[in-house]
Formats: sequence, structure tokens, C-alpha cells
Amino acid sequence: MQHSIKQDTLVGLFIAVGIAALFFMAMQISNLSTFTKEDSYTISAAFENSGGLKIKSPVVVGGVRIGRVIAITLDQTKFQSIVTMKIESQYNKLPEDTTASIFTAGLLGEQYVSLDPGGLEDLLINNSVIDITQSAIVLEEIIGQFLFKSAETKE
Amino acid sequence: MSLNNTIVSVQNLTFSRGNRKIFDDISLDIQQGKVTAIMGPSGTGKTTLLKIIGGQLSPASGSVFVNGQNVHQLSRKNLYTLRKRMGMLFQSGALLTDMNVYDNVAFPLREHTDLNESMIRTLVLMKLQAVGLRGARELMPNELSGGMARRIALARAIALDPMMIMYDEPFTGQDPISMAALVQLIKTLNTTLNLTSIIVSHDVKDTAAIADYIYIISHGKIVGHGSPEEIENSKSEWVQQFMHGKADGPVHFHYPAPTYIDDLLAFDKN
Amino acid sequence: MIDLLTQLGKKTRYSFAKLGRSSFFLQQLLMGITDVLVRPQLLSKQLYSVGVLSFFLITISGLFVGMVLGLQGYYILSNFGADEALGVMVATSLVRELGPVVAALLFAGRAGSALTAEIGLMKATEQLSGMEMMAIDPIKRIVTPRFLAGFISLPLLTALFSSVGVLGGHLIGVSLLGVDEGSYWSQMQASLDVYDDILNGVIKSIVFGFVISWIALFEGYDAIPTSEGVSCATTRTVVNSAFAILGLDFILTALMFGDI
Repeated sequence: MQHSIKQDTLVGLFIAVGIAALFFMAMQISNLSTFTKEDSYTISAAFENSGGLKIKSPVVVGGVRIGRVIAITLDQTKFQSIVTMKIESQYNKLPEDTTASIFTAGLLGEQYVSLDPGGLEDLLINNSVIDITQSAIVLEEIIGQFLFKSAETKE
Repeated sequence: MSLNNTIVSVQNLTFSRGNRKIFDDISLDIQQGKVTAIMGPSGTGKTTLLKIIGGQLSPASGSVFVNGQNVHQLSRKNLYTLRKRMGMLFQSGALLTDMNVYDNVAFPLREHTDLNESMIRTLVLMKLQAVGLRGARELMPNELSGGMARRIALARAIALDPMMIMYDEPFTGQDPISMAALVQLIKTLNTTLNLTSIIVSHDVKDTAAIADYIYIISHGKIVGHGSPEEIENSKSEWVQQFMHGKADGPVHFHYPAPTYIDDLLAFDKN
Repeated sequence: MIDLLTQLGKKTRYSFAKLGRSSFFLQQLLMGITDVLVRPQLLSKQLYSVGVLSFFLITISGLFVGMVLGLQGYYILSNFGADEALGVMVATSLVRELGPVVAALLFAGRAGSALTAEIGLMKATEQLSGMEMMAIDPIKRIVTPRFLAGFISLPLLTALFSSVGVLGGHLIGVSLLGVDEGSYWSQMQASLDVYDDILNGVIKSIVFGFVISWIALFEGYDAIPTSEGVSCATTRTVVNSAFAILGLDFILTALMFGDI
């Protein structure tokens, strides 16, 4: 079989470009570059109600995304929702009295965890637990309360 | 090998395609070193017979022995080993269209041997010289005439120095010159390489000229066999019709059908 | 009525027979893989005709699909003031669905039909038979290298399609319509996951590559060895591949993303 050098070169080029594209997808399109196990740390917070929060929901401080939710579990004794979050290690200056709240982006948007830094010197480290939390606002509850109140005032 | 140098022995072979019996209990022997012709009208399954001998098709009953081995009971591996010693020349030549003449002839050598390129080159040129087409080695198959393609295919078939070659209709559609070249080639190769040749053909004159022994097949049966002289002088009406090309005789001009009148009126009856 | 049932029964019998033949064919073909790996030059030649020759079709199509997504996405998203999410929209639709499916459909049309026609014609011109008589297994020598080439090429071509598409969306969205470059990439990176999105897309393309190559080669090998038979087989390859791609895409999507 005479296989030409040109053909081999083109095949080589094709394979190289194809693998480069796979690499591009992993690094540039997805979050592989921003998330690897080594440069992040994990904190958790207990909420009365974690609402529509999901795994992979963003964790933000002042609107900047610093991490994401990696697990949501139920504490069977207090019946609280334990939300575990992975925070990028470059954001390692969060004070220990940081508060965590669950907000909704827009009226119907995705829910996310917002961290509000406090003023203490001590910092949150790996496996720290945030004590002060504010649960998700569930729309039905608010509407229910509103209707109840307006009914009360009428009487 | 049996006593009388039989290289291929077909015994009580029956083969059907659908409901049509192509071969009905036929037996024939092919002698080593001879040119044996199998003749018969088109559509009598002559090519099928070659495919059965080559082990590509399996018969309904009966057996085929090549060089003492029962072809259809061999394991795949042994069948392939046997096939290396059987060359087959297809009607179309069956050259691989994506490589040139040289690579086509080199193909079986490269697939089956570990010879280095210079050895392969020598062998390929020898085989091409034998068929007189050494100068055409750079051509692609689509640049060859039908006769040339067949000769190249022949060079490829003898590349592995087989013990026998099966020719499937080697003379069909050839002009007189390439026909003469092929006839001569088959004869020379048979003597110089000490081959056994099986020619399947319906071309009476040229085949009879080079054959040592002839079998004539019709309707799944062997209707006559013998040396060319014996066949020529055969008393069988059938053999006479075939050898002398008469339009009607034991072989009818019409394909089996209901009677003509019934057939024409059949539409109204429905 | 009885006739109809007889027809149905006949069709069913044919389909099962074909399924059986194709499974047997696949098994034979897979058994040839080691033989091909020993002789990689066979594979290289097929990677050229299956992969390299599909390269331009796939990249150009990817570019245009990405550009159209960028344009349409921008008009829809800017209505909600969410044009920063353009990157997410373009990348998600490409990586999860459009990339694997459209690249596979194009591949079936470009390379699959060519494979069927090639094998079918080799059968019609007795090349396969001739090879068998030369004691060379045509499945190992002819079919398996083409199968591997298809199986390897499609995932790479799909990655190219999606990558070029994202760049095409960038070209339209960022360079032309003025979406913020930073948010195009950062929102994309924030919402696409390597495993959930990229890897699942790649798995889809691997499955499609396997199925298209199998269908194309089998249809060629099983074709009636006449010009009409080969042309019918080529059509069947494209049609059956398209159905297989879309059907499998639904099943795979349900398995991968329908986890709740």
C-alpha cells in the first residue's frame, strides 16, 4: 500500500484539530477551568427551607459568583435543609459571621445562595458551618399571608 | 490424492436456489495438470459450481473434495489455507478499484506473506511479464480494457503460485485478439506452471480448443462428458444441439410457461 | 384483510432476518478490530476518506449554525434584557443537542452514504467475492477499518462542530451585536458542566458514530449487487441513520438529562 505523506499529514491534522476542539469544549465552554477539587473549599449552611434551590445553583457575594451548591440534604433531627457549597479558594476572606440567604433571580428565575459578609476577624474555612441563615421565600406563602391579612383588615 | 490424480472431486452434489434445483445429484472429477472445461447454456449455474468448489456456497447435499479435503467441512482457518492454493478468475476481473495494477497484483502477496518490498516487486513484475502487461503497472483498473483487466486478474490469481485456477467465463465479451491472447495464456500457464485449470464457459469453439476434458451440464444434470473429440462425435442429441448451436432441440427455445393460447386468454378469465 | 396480515407477517419476518444478519455482521466486524490495530495504515487511509473529507462540511455547517443561534438568540434574549445569557444559550443548545445530532445527520449524508455505495459496488463488481477467494476476509480487511474510522471520526467532528458553533455565536453576538465579551464566556462557563453537558454530548456522538457506521456498512454489505440495489441501499442508509439518530437522541437525552 502506498500511503502518501500528504494523506498522513491531513489525517494527523484532523485528529489534532479534533482533540483540540474537545479540549476547547472542556476548558473554554464548560466550567472545568474554574472548578477543580484542589482549589476550592466547602462550607455548609442550615436553612429552614431551601425552596427551589438545586445542586449546581450559584453562590454569590454582592452579585459575584464565587461558588456553587454541591449537595442539599435533610437533617433528620432538626428537620432543616443542609446546603453544602463549594467556594473557590481565591475567595477565602469570608468572615465567620457571614449570613446566607436564598434569593430568586427575578420574579420567576432560578434560586441562588447569597452570602452577606459580617465583620468578624475569624474567617470561614473548609467545612465551616454558617449559623445565620435566611430561608428561601416561597411565593405561595407570601401570597397566602397577604390574602389572610387583607381578609383580616376587611373585617 | 487418489489413485488417478484427481484434484477436485464433486460427489452427488445437489444445490437449490429457492425452489429451483440448480444441480441435481451431479458427480464429476477433475484431473491434476489438465484443463477441464465445464460447459452449458447460460443460467445453468456454472459459476455457482465454482463458488461451491471454492467454499463460498454450501450444497444442500453431496460433497466436494479438493486435494483430498472436504471443502465444506473445513474450519474457516483451514478453508482459507486451502483457498490460498486455489486461484479464481472472475468474469469481471474483480480488481480492487482503489489501487493500481501493481498494487492489485501485490495485494495477495502483501496480505499473506512477510516478503520485503524488493521481493514483492520482483514477483509482481514476473507475474505481470507472464501476462504481458508489465508496462501497464501504473494504470488504475478503470483505465484498463476488459481483456487487460482479466489478464491482470490472472496475474493476481497466480501471484501465490496456486495449484489450480478456476476461470469464470474467461472469453465472454472479448474481441478476437484479446480472446486469442487469453486462450494462449491459459494454455501456456497450465503447462509452464503445472497448474490445473477449470474453465467454465459457454463459448464452445475456443474452450474446446484448449480443454483436455469437457463436462456439459444442463438442467442440473451432466448430459455429456469426455475428451473434445468424444464430445464432438457424441450421439446425444442434446450435446449436438449445444456444440453446434442449434436454436431448438432438446433445449427448448421457450422458457417453461403455460401454453400460449391459455396464457393469452388468462386475463379474461380473471 | 388476511392479505394485509400476511403482508405484515412477511415484513416482520424480513425485519427479523435482517436484524439477525446485521447482528452477525457486527460481531464479525468487531472481531476484526485487533487485526486492524496491528496494521494501522489501513485505518489511516479510511480516516482520510471518512474524517478528513467530512471536515469542511462539518466545520462550515457548525459555523453557520452557531451564527444563526447567535442571531436568533440575541433577538429573543434582548427582549427580556438577558442578552448576557447568549453564550449560555448558544453553548447549551450546541453541546447538548445540535452538535451531536446535526453533525451526525451530516455525517450520515456525507460519509455514511459513501461507505454504503463503496461497499455495495465492491460487492456488485465481485471484489468482495474475489477477496474471499484470495483467502482474505473482506470484513476484516475492508469493513472493520471503515467502521473504526467512522467510530473515531464522528466524536471529533462533533467536537469541531460545537466548538466552531460557539465561536460563530461569539462572532455574531459579541463582535457584531455588541454582547459583552466577558459575560458571553463567563456565563457559559458558569452554567455548563464538564460531565453533565460536555461529556454527555461526547457520549451521544460516540453512540451515533457507532450506529451510523454499522448501518452504512451493513447496508452496503447486504445490498443486492446491482446498480439499483446499491442505490436503494444508499438511500436506506441515510433514512435509517436519520431515524436511528433522532430516536437514540431522544432516549439518550431522557436518560442523561431527565434525572428528576
